[in-house]
Amino acid sequence: MAYISKRNRRKEKERQTAANNRSELIAAGFKRRDLLKMGLLTSAGMLIPKKGLSAHPITSAGMVFDDPQSPPTTPFVENMPRLPVLAPVASLTPAPTIAPNTAAGEGRTVSHQAFAQFPPQRFYELIQQQGTVLMAPAGELPPQTIWGFNGTTPGPLIVERYGNLGSPGNGSILVRQRNNLPSNNGGFGFPSVTTHLHNGHTPLESDGFPCFFFTQGQFYDYHYPNVYAGINSTHPGTGDIKEAMHSLWYHDHRIDHTAENTYKGLAGTYILFNEFDTGNENTGFRLPSFGDGQNPLTSFDIYMVFNDKVFDEQTGLLRFDLFNTDGILGDKFLVNGKINPVLHVSPRRYRFRWLNTGPSRFYQMFVLGPNNTTKSFWQISTDGNLLERPVQVNSARFSVAERVDVIVDFTGQAGKTFYLENRLEQDDGRGPTGDVLGAGQGTKILKIVVDGPAVPDNSVNPATIPAGTYFYGFPNTNDVPRITRTFRFERGNGQWQVNGQLVGSCSAAPRFRIKRNTVEKWIFQNNSGGWQHPIHMHFEEFQTLSINGNPPASTGIIQRGRKDVFRLEHNMEAQVYFRFRDFVGRIPLHCHNVVHEDHAMMVLGAIDDVGDNNTQP
Amino acid sequence: MTDLKRRSLIAALGAAPFAVPLLAKAQTLDANPKFKVIPSRERIRQRYFPNLVLTTHEGKQVKFYDDLVKDKIVVFNMFYAKCEGICSPVTRNLVRVQNLLGDRVGKDIFFYSFSLKPKEDTVAALKHYAEMHKVKPGWLFLTGTAEDMELLRRKLGFVDPDPEVDKDTSNHIGVLKYGNEPLERWGGCPGMQAPDAIAEAISWVDWPEDSAKKNGGAK
Repeated sequence: MAYISKRNRRKEKERQTAANNRSELIAAGFKRRDLLKMGLLTSAGMLIPKKGLSAHPITSAGMVFDDPQSPPTTPFVENMPRLPVLAPVASLTPAPTIAPNTAAGEGRTVSHQAFAQFPPQRFYELIQQQGTVLMAPAGELPPQTIWGFNGTTPGPLIVERYGNLGSPGNGSILVRQRNNLPSNNGGFGFPSVTTHLHNGHTPLESDGFPCFFFTQGQFYDYHYPNVYAGINSTHPGTGDIKEAMHSLWYHDHRIDHTAENTYKGLAGTYILFNEFDTGNENTGFRLPSFGDGQNPLTSFDIYMVFNDKVFDEQTGLLRFDLFNTDGILGDKFLVNGKINPVLHVSPRRYRFRWLNTGPSRFYQMFVLGPNNTTKSFWQISTDGNLLERPVQVNSARFSVAERVDVIVDFTGQAGKTFYLENRLEQDDGRGPTGDVLGAGQGTKILKIVVDGPAVPDNSVNPATIPAGTYFYGFPNTNDVPRITRTFRFERGNGQWQVNGQLVGSCSAAPRFRIKRNTVEKWIFQNNSGGWQHPIHMHFEEFQTLSINGNPPASTGIIQRGRKDVFRLEHNMEAQVYFRFRDFVGRIPLHCHNVVHEDHAMMVLGAIDDVGDNNTQP
Repeated sequence: MTDLKRRSLIAALGAAPFAVPLLAKAQTLDANPKFKVIPSRERIRQRYFPNLVLTTHEGKQVKFYDDLVKDKIVVFNMFYAKCEGICSPVTRNLVRVQNLLGDRVGKDIFFYSFSLKPKEDTVAALKHYAEMHKVKPGWLFLTGTAEDMELLRRKLGFVDPDPEVDKDTSNHIGVLKYGNEPLERWGGCPGMQAPDAIAEAISWVDWPEDSAKKNGGAK
């Protein structure tokens, strides 16, 4: 694409100018702290774009105009919060019902389909409500008004277990959500919600379909049986253990308004353990212990929620670009709700669960060590699904909504400091440029200091695992698909489209109908060199059959991993393999750049017992 | 669209405006001299709604914020009168939306189409375009100085991050922005979306007495 290379040349020149300017300032004796004081450096280490100083040059007339710059904040002061674990409640009033309890104010419109089969064993409550939080060190930014689950962002961590094989349903839970959001939104936020459990194998009335929203004062009972796919079909009574999922998250999915609501805070995390991934490093796969999720001496399994935000330069308050349709980038990077926090660890192995909640940025995360060294780590999952075995990598790339579980080994590193560094260059909401910056040249997001006390480490050392499958292995992809469908993600007349069509009305008939308990092959196409899209399908994980005609190599363990978000990069075509099992209902396929998603880049379909033959929905 | 469906949609939209005062009570913040306390509605006005003087297809001079946006539910799009491509289909589509919304349009819901080519879009050309498409009251076609119209286009986000693509006006014509100014609820959708889907999206930013009663559901 001609304009891409032209753009790259211009950017390269701007970057070079910025680098020269920085070098001059440093040569003149200015230290980082001086630059911060002068307001010329952002917390993330980026020079503010005055007089060609920016390391992230502004690239188009559209972006130059009123491009927001957050006020300065001091990085790496506050501790990274560990997400609080949500406790179950003894009972719910009124008691949950199979049919929607409309009279009592339930906003659900479809009866629970698996309630009698998997009666809930535990109950939880989540309330969508306003809260006040500090995102920066005290005094640097004003208290922020957010919308969060139980008033917090990220929302509380739900930790649950699959029922053991042979006794499915023991993990069944019901989460009652109540919409207590205010009418006064403080500038953005839409007080009508629907919550997607990403990416539970969940009866679809509890999946958070974008049109199944409920309004202020209403509640909605979400039934999560926490069973493996195949439970009512290919693997009756047990489900297929190879379909286990471990790192999930829940977030608002209100049609047309997901970006502002998730940006305002409506997202939380969800972990599933079982008898293999036990949360205890002395049993099963012996992955680092979860403990109680809080105690640094016993909790070594840590969920990290990344997002980027902008704060208004005049009010210091969270700012959302109301009229943006391309994608929104922030210049402040948050982990678990704090801008550039610090994590203190002990010299041992940790499991980090990385999640990018967007709105639009892609990451390529490295562990930066002293003297700009790059520390390798072990990737153990794709989108929360364990691989065949841990894979040693130097980085992991993840777009919006993707999850990556990793094991980072700090054994023998006492006294050292590391950073999680994003080296993937991205200048606007279209997606990353594809350039990966050098060590120390990216954005430092989290500081990790190995100054915790020495503690025992009984977790498996991935380096010592013998050859072959260590976790579950992958399901086969040999069954003949009932149908092959093509989904082309494109832009026309400034509008996001899938197969040339727009999302349409909530009351329109489903664009495609999948027949329950069948296999489908889907082709995702991106014919553009300008845009990238994280493509998400609800309810089922897929396996990649090929990318641009090339099947993943048998050694490509990460490429073969089960996923629910396909990172559709420039000019890419991918073939993926789905099994749709067990439950029926409404289901969306969409771009998870939440700004694209809100502007019609979505297809509303269904799973039923008939199916259709629409090859280009 | 059946009459029944049209009537029920109009009923669902209701007709009772509810306005939050523009200078709502300031949020309680800790005293931080670095920052100003500005009500969010006012901050949105400062960011997005310059009070430019525009000219309507009826030859009337209006102020963008004071006369067109303040206290209203509004729908914005871009067009130009001699446009051969997507302008007419989008305008025809919006005429259907206007019909679906009934007499709410002109009462508390307003449609505004802004010229992308103000130099050639004279009042007469705009008037001809409006009459040709049989638009009803409550929908204005607007022009102004080239600088003002360019500022407005950028303020309202009818832009493409790629400068080459941004030069192609057809990329700005396919998009609608809509919102409820006093309630600070804004959204965008494609101009070629099905008319009932556009009317549905606008109904979601309706005054709370009406929209609060609606909940989800799909066939």
